[in-house]
Amino acid sequence: MSVPVILDDVTHRYGGAGGTIALEGCSLSVRSGEFAAVVGPSGCGKSTLMKLATGLQFPFQGTVTVAGNRVTKPVTMAGMAFQNPTMLPWRTTLDNVMLPLEIAQPHRSRLRKHRAEYVEKAELLLETVGLKGFGSKFPWQLSGGMQQRASLCRALIHEPDLLMLDEPFGALDAFTREELWCVIRDLHAARGFTVILVTHDLREAVFLADRIFVMSARPGRILAERTVDFPRPRDLEINYTQAFQDVVHELRGHIREARAAA
Amino acid sequence: MTTPTGPAAPREIDWIKLSPWIYTIALFVIWEVVVRILGVPPYVLPTPTAILLAAIEFWEAIWKNGLQTLMTTLAGFALAVVGGLAIGLLVGWSRAIYAGLYPLMIGFNSVPKVAVVPILVLWFGIGTVPAIITAFLISFFPVVVNVATGLATIEPEMEDVLKALGAKKLDIMLKVGIPRALPYFFGSLKVAITLAFVGSVIAETVAANSGVGHMMLTAQSNFQVPLVFAGLFVLAIEGIVAYALMAWVEKRMTGWAHRSGFAQ
Repeated sequence: MSVPVILDDVTHRYGGAGGTIALEGCSLSVRSGEFAAVVGPSGCGKSTLMKLATGLQFPFQGTVTVAGNRVTKPVTMAGMAFQNPTMLPWRTTLDNVMLPLEIAQPHRSRLRKHRAEYVEKAELLLETVGLKGFGSKFPWQLSGGMQQRASLCRALIHEPDLLMLDEPFGALDAFTREELWCVIRDLHAARGFTVILVTHDLREAVFLADRIFVMSARPGRILAERTVDFPRPRDLEINYTQAFQDVVHELRGHIREARAAA
Repeated sequence: MTTPTGPAAPREIDWIKLSPWIYTIALFVIWEVVVRILGVPPYVLPTPTAILLAAIEFWEAIWKNGLQTLMTTLAGFALAVVGGLAIGLLVGWSRAIYAGLYPLMIGFNSVPKVAVVPILVLWFGIGTVPAIITAFLISFFPVVVNVATGLATIEPEMEDVLKALGAKKLDIMLKVGIPRALPYFFGSLKVAITLAFVGSVIAETVAANSGVGHMMLTAQSNFQVPLVFAGLFVLAIEGIVAYALMAWVEKRMTGWAHRSGFAQ
């Protein structure tokens, strides 16, 4: 299962009529099952885009459509992960991963009766991201990279149709980051959900995404759209090919223009 | 030729564990010596030994009044915990309630509680009730502030994760807000319990027939200065024990928040 996400001519501002305009005339359309990346200079409203697409906020003007329905309340089929893993320190890693099941329907009503089944599912998911046997540890006993893996599990445990990633690998070292790129690549390939990845790492965007949207400086809108058609599954080695470098270079050019225009 | 001396190095003395005892004993020794050398009359400052003797002599009165003050304090403290927790959760629940109640509570907290006691006496008469209420009034504020602070420090990302799953405000409160506020809450209990002693003794001094405050006032009017000091010691000891108990509860309940010495 996966869902399309469409933003149509969206303008959003914070703090009433005289407030900061975060997005202005922003349109983008992400196809069902697509891996989309949004890149742009810092402060361009990327995170606002995330909040609008998940129904945490509603646009001042324009419409947001997820799965064919106009967004008027939080989109419950979404999973989210952020730069900060935000694990709850009083819960074990397994209990942190299972937190969404205590909130989202239909799992919420089923959890008590089918707990064993859900625990098994969570442990399987932890194993997929390389955290087998760490479920009983507390998050603060894990390294930053391991916490981020757990945070991905939490975003995926309720089998969301849409995965929203807000610079999830930004705080990690280069090797861990590349490892997690492969984890998310494989999860996307296996489950086919729609992904919107907000990032400032161009190589990350090119390696993972089917399509990349470049945003302008604030107020943000889409400056350019680039389809990345390297065949899947992609190997980390493609990072070092000329074709890959060319795409990164092209995107860099767009970002430079966006920064200069600001 | 010299032979190596002794088996192993002598066992290290744990100065950190010993130092509370050393400092306390040192204080009393210095006190005793200074008072004796300077010849301070006992009605100004009695020696620790004189205080101890007075405590033994009036043991029954001290026991009875000490227990009375302890019970009064604990009753006021219990009310403060329940009331403070409730108001703290209410204040943390909505920004409007927060904005509305905060200035009121600060104003309320600024009023010296000794000024409130006469009103309480007017309403409830002289005795235990005004003392319990004074203890409650003086100690509930730190509980409220700490619980509200704990609730106000929920990470916005965590809130987003849960809201995007369709969480209601109550869900976020139960899953994140309250557990997050618990270390603040248990921390505030240590402050609240000592303040509760202050409150009950204030009321006992102004208007009561029993309790350590009342006993000290009576002893003072009879010029039994060592007994006045013995009263102070009873309060100090009760305060230390209650504080230690709260510190222990805090550590037991929220070990995850004190992980520096906890993780292996």
